[in-house]
Amino acid sequence: MTDVAIEVRGFSQYIGDVRKIHALDLDVRRNEILGIIGPARSGKSTFLCALNRLNDLVRGSRHEGTIRIDGLDIYGPDVDVVGLRRRLGMVFATPVPLPRSIYENVAFGARRAGVRGMARLDGIVRDCLEKGGLWEEVKDRLDTSGLKLSGGQQQRLCLARILAVAPEFILLDEPTSGLDPISTMKIEESLRRLKKDYTIILVTNNTKQAARIADRTAFFLSGELVEVGPTAKIFTAPDDQRTDDYLRGRFG
Amino acid sequence: MKRMGPRLEEKAARIGLWTLTLVTVAVLVFIIVFILRRGLPVLSLEFLTANPVDMGKSGGIFSTVVGTVALTILAILIAAPFGVGTAIFLTEYTWGGPVTRVIRFGAECLAGIPSIIFGLFGFILFVTKLKFGWSILSGGLTLAFMLLPTIIRTSEEAIKSVPPAYRQVSFSLGSTKWQTVTRVVLPSALSGIVTGVVLSVGRSIGETAATIFTAGSALRMPTSLFSSSRTMSVHFYILAREGISMSKAYGTAAILIIAILGINILTYYLMNRFIRKYSS
Repeated sequence: MTDVAIEVRGFSQYIGDVRKIHALDLDVRRNEILGIIGPARSGKSTFLCALNRLNDLVRGSRHEGTIRIDGLDIYGPDVDVVGLRRRLGMVFATPVPLPRSIYENVAFGARRAGVRGMARLDGIVRDCLEKGGLWEEVKDRLDTSGLKLSGGQQQRLCLARILAVAPEFILLDEPTSGLDPISTMKIEESLRRLKKDYTIILVTNNTKQAARIADRTAFFLSGELVEVGPTAKIFTAPDDQRTDDYLRGRFG
Repeated sequence: MKRMGPRLEEKAARIGLWTLTLVTVAVLVFIIVFILRRGLPVLSLEFLTANPVDMGKSGGIFSTVVGTVALTILAILIAAPFGVGTAIFLTEYTWGGPVTRVIRFGAECLAGIPSIIFGLFGFILFVTKLKFGWSILSGGLTLAFMLLPTIIRTSEEAIKSVPPAYRQVSFSLGSTKWQTVTRVVLPSALSGIVTGVVLSVGRSIGETAATIFTAGSALRMPTSLFSSSRTMSVHFYILAREGISMSKAYGTAAILIIAILGINILTYYLMNRFIRKYSS
């Protein structure tokens, strides 16, 4: 039996009167890269923000249905939201380094989680920057501002930064949409390496990216899951005509 | 009416705006030069460090400097935490519903009230009702009330200008709300907040109407929060108004102007260093 890490059942998300996600059923397996593709406004990003409850920050947000992570109903009454968010690191579409040094950007989450002591922090920062594939480029200038890095480096910094919180899941919201092909390739390499230790959900506008690195791919359309399956199958023999149309560029 | 050609229009706009700017700056420079030319010759170390003698006709202005500094510090110590706290609450802890709007509207109305009304209010509440008498305490509290709207407003603007993405990032990295506010939002908003506070320091140093009613006009050196004290602005007002000594009045005015300029320059210097350290 495959190991289901996240179990989504009948989940709908509303922002005000707008229904962003409708009656979603989806399983995420441990240590897989699940690609989520679909046209703009199909609920992909909203889905990620439902998993780490960032939607809570949006005015007028409410939901129906359940999401269980390792059996824990994350919208249950006694859930520690801060603790939950530490389990799911998120990388946003636009790289957002905080206005502080490279070192402090990476150490940020670890410090919030209560990690103290220079030696421990130094170790975490180095380890995470290495995993994020950025260490060699910045090891001599950890004190410079994260804002000074190039776009691709900033995004890898953001990836390293979430690793410092020691999450189990990595959520990526179109992480390479603003990056050049080489930076994109570096991020994808990092993700392939990270897969053995983390469960990764990758939302992407670039269907080829999903084809390259996702183990399974889900196709979202207008807030609904059209289908999900092994990436090779989705891209070569999808069950649903709409998936085929989208992949062939007939709409979206 | 015939339209001007785009080139001519551009030129006219340029000249028009230049003139407006020039007039503004010229008036400002004129005032400063006018005061300094009359005030600077009076200035000496003794003028700053000696107490007024003979109602201020001779001697210096030391006790009024002390009074001004004490009042301003007290006012800022009260107004800054309350003002910044209110601003944080309004921007980060509410969804911007009707209650927030009412509070914000109230604060804005407060900002438009003439300072002499604050003086009268302070006189009635602190001086007579609460029996603090004419004192630094009454004056400081009154000034604090007067400064609150400005500090709330400027802090709110500064906090709102922090990119929402910073908050998202902070929360997604497992920060609590409080950590997000103190570690991410406030450091990014600090330069705006400090600017507001510095403007308030300037206003508080220059305030006359609100303090004359509440801190009084005693020339003695203040010894406690309950001493009555005359601020530099009040001293200037009394010297000029009662024709005691115009030269001493200008001397006082010169000190006021230099102090406010000095505070502004120092703050912007520190701020620039801070910004350079954190954002580039």
